[in-house]
Amino acid sequence: MSSVKKEKKPSTDLRYYISLSADKLQSKWKTIVIFIPFAWLLLFFLTPFFIVAKISLAELVITSPPFSKMIEWVDGSVITIRLVFDNFIYIFDDPLYARTYLNSVKIALVSTFLALLIGYPIAYAIVRSKPVTKQLLLFAIILPFWTSFLLRVYAWMGLLADQGTINNILIYLGITETPIRLLYTEFAVYIGIVYTYLPFMILPLYANMEKLDSSLNEAAADLGSGPINTFFKITLPLSMPGIIAGSLLVFIPATGEYVIPDLLGGGNVQMIGRQLYNEFARNIDWPVASAVAIVLLLLLVLPMAIYQHYQAKAAEVK
Amino acid sequence: MHNERSRFLTFMLYVGLAFLYIPMVLLVIYSFNYSKLVPVWGGWSTRWYKVLFESPEVWEAVSLSLQIAFINATFATLLGALAGLAMVRFGKFRGRTIFGGMLVAPLVMPEVITGLSLLIFFISLKELIGWPLERGFTTITIAHITFSLAYVAVIVQARLTGMGISLEEAAADLGAKPFKVMSAITLPRLAPGLLSGWLLAFCLSLDDLVIASFVTGPGSTTLPILIFSRIRLGLRPDINALATIIIIFVAILVAIAAFIMLRQQKRELIDQQMAARGDV
Repeated sequence: MSSVKKEKKPSTDLRYYISLSADKLQSKWKTIVIFIPFAWLLLFFLTPFFIVAKISLAELVITSPPFSKMIEWVDGSVITIRLVFDNFIYIFDDPLYARTYLNSVKIALVSTFLALLIGYPIAYAIVRSKPVTKQLLLFAIILPFWTSFLLRVYAWMGLLADQGTINNILIYLGITETPIRLLYTEFAVYIGIVYTYLPFMILPLYANMEKLDSSLNEAAADLGSGPINTFFKITLPLSMPGIIAGSLLVFIPATGEYVIPDLLGGGNVQMIGRQLYNEFARNIDWPVASAVAIVLLLLLVLPMAIYQHYQAKAAEVK
Repeated sequence: MHNERSRFLTFMLYVGLAFLYIPMVLLVIYSFNYSKLVPVWGGWSTRWYKVLFESPEVWEAVSLSLQIAFINATFATLLGALAGLAMVRFGKFRGRTIFGGMLVAPLVMPEVITGLSLLIFFISLKELIGWPLERGFTTITIAHITFSLAYVAVIVQARLTGMGISLEEAAADLGAKPFKVMSAITLPRLAPGLLSGWLLAFCLSLDDLVIASFVTGPGSTTLPILIFSRIRLGLRPDINALATIIIIFVAILVAIAAFIMLRQQKRELIDQQMAARGDV
């Protein structure tokens, strides 16, 4: 693969297609290739967000659908636009929401840090493995990512329950006589997030460290730098893009996580994803649910932009 | 000193793998537990598999989920391949930044946001043009295609970048028309990427709970929705049995995908070596 890469000259892509553009069919065909997925995403991904933004500025009414219209025709000629900021005021006034947002960010941050602590040495160990072992280990890391997320969370319910495996072992060893409450605690939510999102941390770290030049480490060792010093002065700074990409891949979805706080946290752990779902499903207050979603989105726009920036940069390097 | 660190790394690797796999192994073992209480061992038995197979609800949910997953995977692969092709091979075009953003965002977007926005979108659409009349199969499939295609696009982009463009250029230089280049060079070399993209999209759809819960309607219970409604109230031995079947099924699919990818890589490596030898 590397020999193919070396042959690639800069800006070849563009020249290749300019050379072919003599064929009129080509550009029409290109437009179609771009248009189909573009239109799909525009319609089913981008448009829905604007509608949510619109609904978040509507009032709750007892109709179907349960929100007021923003734009109305009065006497068939005048358009009135009603923007209601009540939902946002409601969210900011109620300390429950502020606390829930903060708690979500806190849980996501701590989980991301734990995943990094566990994931970094694993990724580094895979990079240092022999080629055949490397493929097998990567497969072993990716496999859980493909198998059901829901079932992996369920597996931890069995481990953490009052009569679950962990408590059984603790009681058997005589460490405790009565079961320790593990399930339906914040601790369980941390475990659940770290467990399910660990592959998202390891894979970007691996992809980044795989490309690092080991001769730098050797040079540092030759010049008398100890392994710990070399790690902190060379490996760690160079793997920063991988750390950032992996951390964001864990942090962003974890902040809005619904299944894990619901199944492992029970009612005891407040996270915003769960709040949003309850607002929508139990209270049937869609305008407030939309406002909760918009505030969550605003919270995550910056990390998402940073992630996108790093992805684009990584693509350029390739 | 160097040895010490690699011993630490090896240790962490084993701990990590144990952390990833022990919960799943226990899940599988307890599916063969006779006892009705999941964590209390009551001897080996397959009775919960029997309970599972005799439940019509489970069969209905499996059938619905497989159908959605199949259609989703097919469309997502098609759209994702086009998107990946556009991003890697078309240089700069108008809207590329927005397009790239929309391709990355579904990968990290919290599912509750995607789910809620799609639901509200479908309802508004119904108000506007009277479609979709009912939420269920169609709306879930559309929602799944939307996020799956982003994953397929990532795989296709990685594959196209890895392939390089030299063979396509060579074919074009030798007079092959763009369609010929596409069908004779690009597509066959892209095929393993497309297959693993298809399988990933299939698994993602089979796995999705949150988005499907938002956009589904009465009567359309997918497998994750069924599982979730049952495990919310605690552990259930029949769900352990179901989980075991799903885990084995997915592991086989992933093994097939990995095998095909590896074989392709090996073949390309051999081709390269032969070409290099020919030069000498």
